Amino acid sequence: MAEQLKRTPLFDVYANYGGKTIDFGGWELPVQFSSIKAEHEAVRTKAGLFDVSHMGEIILTGTDSEEYLQKIMTNDVSKLVKGQAQYTAMCYKDGGIVDDLLIYKMDDNHYLLVVNAGNIEKDFNWMQENASGDVTLVNKSEDYGLLALQGPSAQGILQKLTTQNLDEIGFFRFANNVDVAGKDVIVSRTGYTGEDGFELYASAKDLTDLWSSILDAGTEEGILPCGLGARDTLRFEACLPLYGQELTKDISPLEANIGFVVKLKKEQDFNGKSILLEQKENGVQRKSIGIEMIDKGIPRTGYPVFVDNKQIGHVTSGTQSPTLKKNIGLALINATFAELGQEVEIEIRNKRLKAITIATPFYKREK
Amino acid sequence: MNAPKDLKYSAEHEWVKTEGGNVRIGITEFAQSELGDIVFVELPQVGDEIKAGDPFGSVESVKTVSELYAPISGKVVEVNTELEDSPEYVNESPYENAWMIVIEPSDAAEVDGLLSPEKYEELISE
Repeated sequence: MAEQLKRTPLFDVYANYGGKTIDFGGWELPVQFSSIKAEHEAVRTKAGLFDVSHMGEIILTGTDSEEYLQKIMTNDVSKLVKGQAQYTAMCYKDGGIVDDLLIYKMDDNHYLLVVNAGNIEKDFNWMQENASGDVTLVNKSEDYGLLALQGPSAQGILQKLTTQNLDEIGFFRFANNVDVAGKDVIVSRTGYTGEDGFELYASAKDLTDLWSSILDAGTEEGILPCGLGARDTLRFEACLPLYGQELTKDISPLEANIGFVVKLKKEQDFNGKSILLEQKENGVQRKSIGIEMIDKGIPRTGYPVFVDNKQIGHVTSGTQSPTLKKNIGLALINATFAELGQEVEIEIRNKRLKAITIATPFYKREK
Repeated sequence: MNAPKDLKYSAEHEWVKTEGGNVRIGITEFAQSELGDIVFVELPQVGDEIKAGDPFGSVESVKTVSELYAPISGKVVEVNTELEDSPEYVNESPYENAWMIVIEPSDAAEVDGLLSPEKYEELISE
């Protein structure tokens, strides 16, 4: 039976911009407005605006908040100062990943945790099960809307709508209670595209107005409304992992190449620490690597990877890169074969096609 | 959506054009618009036999892979190799530049069983 798909506060305006919606993990979201390629290109060269209100927001308060986060997150939360955001993984005891998320330090003993849409309930339950001491968790996902304004022109466009000097907000920093086009917004210099840009958290009821104000302000710069299709190709080229593909409950952050969020030196014991320590010391058995097709074909999620007729792993994400025009993928493979320049075969519709391991990220913006 | 009157259509969104004894096959305007930007087209080789209802190739957009289903059975006598380097023809010109294969039908009467332009337009407007 078809379950009722969830919708964001912006659902009713998608059609005005030509949005074509799909079922994305139980959400009815726009996969594209004009075309994935055009939207992708707009974000790489100008600016794009995404509705990412499906993301979950959980508020954590209480005097034991930091200590608690240190125990459930792999990153070192004590490094955060007020007004700073941190990317982290939340692991199970076996080192598998519950979710990857952003932690915003709003104030001492007050954090905003931003989690993947498909994991909101799972994460919230896990956080509650692991809660100890004076901590209060509230799932505010329904109250928040979230827009991502990304691309080299993002700052110029946003600056037209606010008196807040955006130069003062550094990478992975944010400002709270900023007036943007008359709305109360958290302005965060973060994103999921590999470009400079902002994520804007606002009240769900203000979202439609904010959306049109930003698109209007960016007309001259050539801003485009963008869907999940471009979001996926953009994050893929930048090799930013996607939960459900590069990251799952069966993959550790070290295997997934996000070891930079695992701080094994922090004092506190945290979920997964002993296994991750062991993986760090002995090396991981599997590793996420980049591949480029030599033969004609496009690697896609789930396609098996072979060396000498033996399966050594599978593709986690792949497409024809709109920026590089190459057929490339990310694959989780046996670490023995993870060196650059290793020839592998990808099985595509019953044919084994040649590919080679290449360096990641596939795309890095010039600063 | 545009469905030229001189063509027949399959419910899988292929068009078929009778040319003498052979038939030319491609995908429809509706199909390309649903798929989005096409970046890769995989076609059979000249001489391959294809069977009605079975996949004979695939088209890939940035986001997805879709099989091409043979509207009728026959032997492939021509393949549009230009689509290898210019898959975007499928979006730009689905009925002209982006024809995919020409086959010699094993049973020409199979074409009569396909949808008329009117029936096909009805199908896609549902």
